[in-house]
Amino acid sequence: MQMFRKLCVGFMVLAAANLLAMPAVQAAGETLEIVTKRGHLKCGVSQGLPGFSTPDNRGNWTGIDVDFCKAIAAAIFNDPSKVKFTPLSAKERFTAIQSGEVDIIARNTTWSMHRDTALGIDFPVVNYYDGQGFMVRADLGVTSALELDGATLCTNQGTTTELNAADYFRANGMQYEIVAFEKADESIAAYNSGRCDAYTTDHSALYAQKLKLSQPKAHIVLPEIISKEPLGPLVRQGDSSWNDLVRWTHYATVAAEELGVTSKNIDKMKASSNPSVRRLLGLDGSFGSNLGLSKQWAVNILRAVGNYGEIFERNVGVKTPLGIQRGVNALWTKGGLQYAPPIR
Amino acid sequence: MSAKTWTPTPARPAPANTVGFVGWARENLFATKFDSALTVFCAGLILYVLDVVFGWAIVDASFSGEDRNACLKQVQGACWPFIDAKLGQFIYGRYPEMERWRVDWVFALGLLGLVPLLMPKVGFKRANVIFMLGFYPLFSFFMLTGGSFGLVPVETSDWGGLLVTLVVAVTGIVGSLPLGILLALGRRSELPIVRALCVGFIEIFRGVPLITVLFMASVMLPLFLPDGVNFDKLMRCLIGVALFASAYMAEVVRGGLQAIPKGQYEAAAALGFGYWKTTRLIILPQALKLVIPGIVNTFIGLFKDTTLVLIVGLFDLLGIVQLHFTDSSWATPETHITGYAFAAFVFWVFCFAMSRYSIFMEKHLSTDPNQ
Repeated sequence: MQMFRKLCVGFMVLAAANLLAMPAVQAAGETLEIVTKRGHLKCGVSQGLPGFSTPDNRGNWTGIDVDFCKAIAAAIFNDPSKVKFTPLSAKERFTAIQSGEVDIIARNTTWSMHRDTALGIDFPVVNYYDGQGFMVRADLGVTSALELDGATLCTNQGTTTELNAADYFRANGMQYEIVAFEKADESIAAYNSGRCDAYTTDHSALYAQKLKLSQPKAHIVLPEIISKEPLGPLVRQGDSSWNDLVRWTHYATVAAEELGVTSKNIDKMKASSNPSVRRLLGLDGSFGSNLGLSKQWAVNILRAVGNYGEIFERNVGVKTPLGIQRGVNALWTKGGLQYAPPIR
Repeated sequence: MSAKTWTPTPARPAPANTVGFVGWARENLFATKFDSALTVFCAGLILYVLDVVFGWAIVDASFSGEDRNACLKQVQGACWPFIDAKLGQFIYGRYPEMERWRVDWVFALGLLGLVPLLMPKVGFKRANVIFMLGFYPLFSFFMLTGGSFGLVPVETSDWGGLLVTLVVAVTGIVGSLPLGILLALGRRSELPIVRALCVGFIEIFRGVPLITVLFMASVMLPLFLPDGVNFDKLMRCLIGVALFASAYMAEVVRGGLQAIPKGQYEAAAALGFGYWKTTRLIILPQALKLVIPGIVNTFIGLFKDTTLVLIVGLFDLLGIVQLHFTDSSWATPETHITGYAFAAFVFWVFCFAMSRYSIFMEKHLSTDPNQ
């Protein structure tokens, strides 16, 4: 028995040491170097989320999160196809990044303090500001969530969605009744059949679920956003140059939109005399080399996926079936939150 | 004396209402008032269900189109263009289109080897078994993974759909039967260490849900492995599924072993047979025949359990169908119903085939003269 106990303790210590040692071991290796040597980027995405990472008819991944990884691949290899996507479930995503199975995760993950500080991961940047919203029937005549007093809400069980809705209604002194379902498909079906006045979930998902209604046009998404869900890519903690590279890949696309550089006019813009444009396109200075990339890094990104506006419109914008407005994801100059520090 | 021979009058035909369809119906469907009521009720129910299914699958369904606009009618039934557009994905997953012929070859050769193997009348069984268990797995492995013989390597993370379902199920089935037999024999062994090991293995794997086994294999294992060592995810699942299924198989086989009367062992011993000879020639043939329904039951359960690999990020048939629900260019109220119906049908075809074959084998192997 003594022996057995000793063995158990020994095993547990070993396991704990292994777990603790993990991030340190990973940090020692420069991620960029490993990726370059391997010849492709390993990117974790979701197991299917409309507009963020979803396969088309031929199985190619598309979406905002997918384009993010393609942009990084373009920045490193000047080839957006040099990325391997690994679909990860919500449960295994953090293990996958900690164990080095993937180099980066772009998987609609909410940046929260707990995750940032306790899980050995870093969130370099926010590439999509999401938040909980409401959908109602257009003929209800409601134009604001503040008019929902006494409404019945359909939502998913056991999620923060339920709590957020409760907080919002209480804070505004309104009566409500929640009907919660196990699965998203069940709640949207209940809403569709008229069981509830409103359906509530994250804004981007509202638009995706709307397509499953029998008459999508008869429903509207209300403008209010009642919770903060900043979605962004995440990397292992401890490699700050990799962190920088990921962060500036996003900022390059935002800066390009701000400066009016698109994937189409990029060659014309090279003749621009605007110093900001010249710095972005690597004509002045050598900002790419500080990231360990070529001078052309931003040009490569923009040729591959376009600027932030193009990425947004192509994947979730008003011309796609999802039809999401820019809203808080507009540039800061247009009243949104997308803001890139200057490249200088 | 004129002999008067008695000739019976020819038998009159049975009353018209006791023969043919009418007679059959009177006896089986309308024998009593209660029977009649039941018949009418059931016929109504069947007609109603058929009407709903037919209306959904054919009358109100869409059959052609390029995107979701094809499936947005006022009264919409099944959205078949979705299946049509995604069929390649559902069968091969993200296996590169240029390389799909390799999967086709593996499927075709498997069918070619399996069909004669399953038909008792076809000869060359020994050669066929060597082919299916020796050559075929190696052939499939090199064909599917590539990387040698001038074939482009295809990583298992790109496999998907029916391909993954079949690879997991077939490996599980082929791996679990011999392993299960060994475990069952081990559990009944008189050697204490062997017995303890087998009992421990069986009880641990039977006591843990498959989802946990898979989860351990995919989430815990990488944390304990040294840095850079990365087991293939599909491989981890294959091993997990095979071990799990073998624990169940062992208990099924043990049931058969226990049903063999003691006289069989004694008769074998009287003939001077040793343990292995007794087991191989006397006990196992009888025991396995007894438990064919149980074995096939386990196979069918295993086949359907393969859908659980979704939680470790592998896309089997059901997983890839669900994945494609998220394609917003196909999102309609009917898309997911159509997709689930399709997946259910494919699973049903496989399971039903297995079930029918097991009945056929039971009859074929039966030594009961009354059958």
